[in-house]
Amino acid sequence: MSSYSVTEPSLRQKWFAGSLVVLYALITILPLAWIIATSFKSPSDAIAYPPKTFFTPTVEGYVNVFTTRTRLSEEQLQALGEPTTWYDTLVRKDGLVISGPSRFAERFTNSVIIGFGSTVLCIVLGTAAAYAFSRFRVPLKDDLLFFILSTRMMPPIAVAIPIFLMFRSLGLSDTHAGMILLYTAVNLSLSVWLLKGFIDEIPVEYEEAALIDGYTRFQAFYKVVLPQAATGIASTAIFCLIFAWNEYAFAVLLTSGNAQTAPPFIPTIIGVSGQDWPAVAAGATLFLVPVMVFTILLRKHLLRGLTFGAVRK
Amino acid sequence: MLKSSVDRVAEATPHAIARRMHGLSDRALAWLFVAPSIVLLLAVNIFPLIWTIRLSFTNFRVNRPNAEVEFVGLKNYLKILSDRDIWLTMQATAHFLIWTIVLQVLIGFTLAYLINKKFRGNDVWTTIIVLPMMLSPAVVGNFWTFLYQPQIGLFNYAVGFLTGADPSSFSMIGDVSLAPWAIIIVDTWMWTPFVMLICLAGLRSIPPSIYEAAECDRASNWRQFWTITIPLVLPFLMLAVLFRGIENFKMFDLVVQLTGGGPGSITELTSINLKREAFEKWRTGYASAYAVILFVTVFGLASIYVKALNKVKQR
Repeated sequence: MSSYSVTEPSLRQKWFAGSLVVLYALITILPLAWIIATSFKSPSDAIAYPPKTFFTPTVEGYVNVFTTRTRLSEEQLQALGEPTTWYDTLVRKDGLVISGPSRFAERFTNSVIIGFGSTVLCIVLGTAAAYAFSRFRVPLKDDLLFFILSTRMMPPIAVAIPIFLMFRSLGLSDTHAGMILLYTAVNLSLSVWLLKGFIDEIPVEYEEAALIDGYTRFQAFYKVVLPQAATGIASTAIFCLIFAWNEYAFAVLLTSGNAQTAPPFIPTIIGVSGQDWPAVAAGATLFLVPVMVFTILLRKHLLRGLTFGAVRK
Repeated sequence: MLKSSVDRVAEATPHAIARRMHGLSDRALAWLFVAPSIVLLLAVNIFPLIWTIRLSFTNFRVNRPNAEVEFVGLKNYLKILSDRDIWLTMQATAHFLIWTIVLQVLIGFTLAYLINKKFRGNDVWTTIIVLPMMLSPAVVGNFWTFLYQPQIGLFNYAVGFLTGADPSSFSMIGDVSLAPWAIIIVDTWMWTPFVMLICLAGLRSIPPSIYEAAECDRASNWRQFWTITIPLVLPFLMLAVLFRGIENFKMFDLVVQLTGGGPGSITELTSINLKREAFEKWRTGYASAYAVILFVTVFGLASIYVKALNKVKQR
């Protein structure tokens, strides 16, 4: 056991601190828990007063988020005969029939394509630049690094006007390629700064040994530095992915039909008669839960990722 | 023929030039590695910025591409700076900025201080507290409008439960006096963990030996807090304020989904106002001048702040 230390908090202090933090955590998690809970409620349970904590779970919200439905009269429903699938049965009891798929799956796929596409590009460009900044004497190094960081200070709306014009004349507006390029540029500052920090920590001696063994510089980078930086690269990649995944301003301004991602789409989900909160919650849950999982995996690197490597733990 | 030992050593050691022969030189490689990133950033950030500056001196409108584009000099700038509505959005932004930073610093630091007491399971609870920050502000902001519904909303219900007020008697996003607080509450909920994480890193960077020395000198806990903890955490705290300040000055997604700038234009922050000018009224030249003013403001304030931060660090 450790010896007595004057800086170790007493048991009572720990209890006091612990209970306050747990209380805050429970309050802060409540809205998120409420999203997930609402996604399993029926529309009438969702808008019940007082708000319902206990309810019979249903997947209606999830069915609704993936489909469009139309209201039919009693006779029309009867004429259709028995529902053939479980989700048909589910909406039939509200007097509705499924008329087709909604665009949610499409928007979600766009988010995946654009998120992963920009992340891969961002990591490739970022790793190369970070290695060069870390190991070589690049002219104007500090200015270039500051320039890269400063691109992050620009409000997205401020550059959106010319990007809108530029994309339109290049035929990139509302395309996956255009959005991938844009998100790569947005996240590149993060990727270069973070990866430079990770590569700086790898001792130069490893590469020097490899160079003496007859490796070329590129081989040394590829076979010695990259494997050592793998953890750093992976956590940087997840950060780039999360930021691209969450981005809204560019997505709402520059995409409409073809390449629209999920964040501008989810708030526009409405039901047959007014706002369908379980469906919105179901869309949000599907969209947010992957990020929650990644956050839990990333917890050791969080600070470093969020501060561009300015603070290390 | 026998080789001398000097020759053998020379053969075994790859010559600098020889090494470069079967690979790119370091200098070429450096350029090859850096150039693509710089080119991309120039194309997607700097080129548009220069374009924005150029447009800001014209009366160009995107929705009238065939109209003649006139050079109007500083007219757009003068119009913006003398526009009362824009000063109102600036005020709304300042109100939002100041209160979010004050609340996040107070709550974030307190949480970090408590977590640093190293109670059992503190890492688990820290991770839970951090969750909101990682999520999409637009999606979460949209859901908060549901929590803020009068009567059926969880927020109104909780407030009613705690204070005894009628949950349907007030509307956080429909009421002119409450809406500015509605956005502050959600932003604080989302971003306090960020300030907390940075403060926690600051607290953990203080070596325990300093406190041990203070204890030997019989300094009270209160004194230790103000003369050791606060000064040593201050640079970290200031960094957190810088990040939050820049981010909240640019604030768009969360507030657009929560209130859309309303009711009226009471929560219309500068980014939302700018979006309205640029993409709804299509006054491109005017909006460009507006964008330039905003960018210069952020950049100017951030530079002054960084200078102050460096001074604190050097102390």
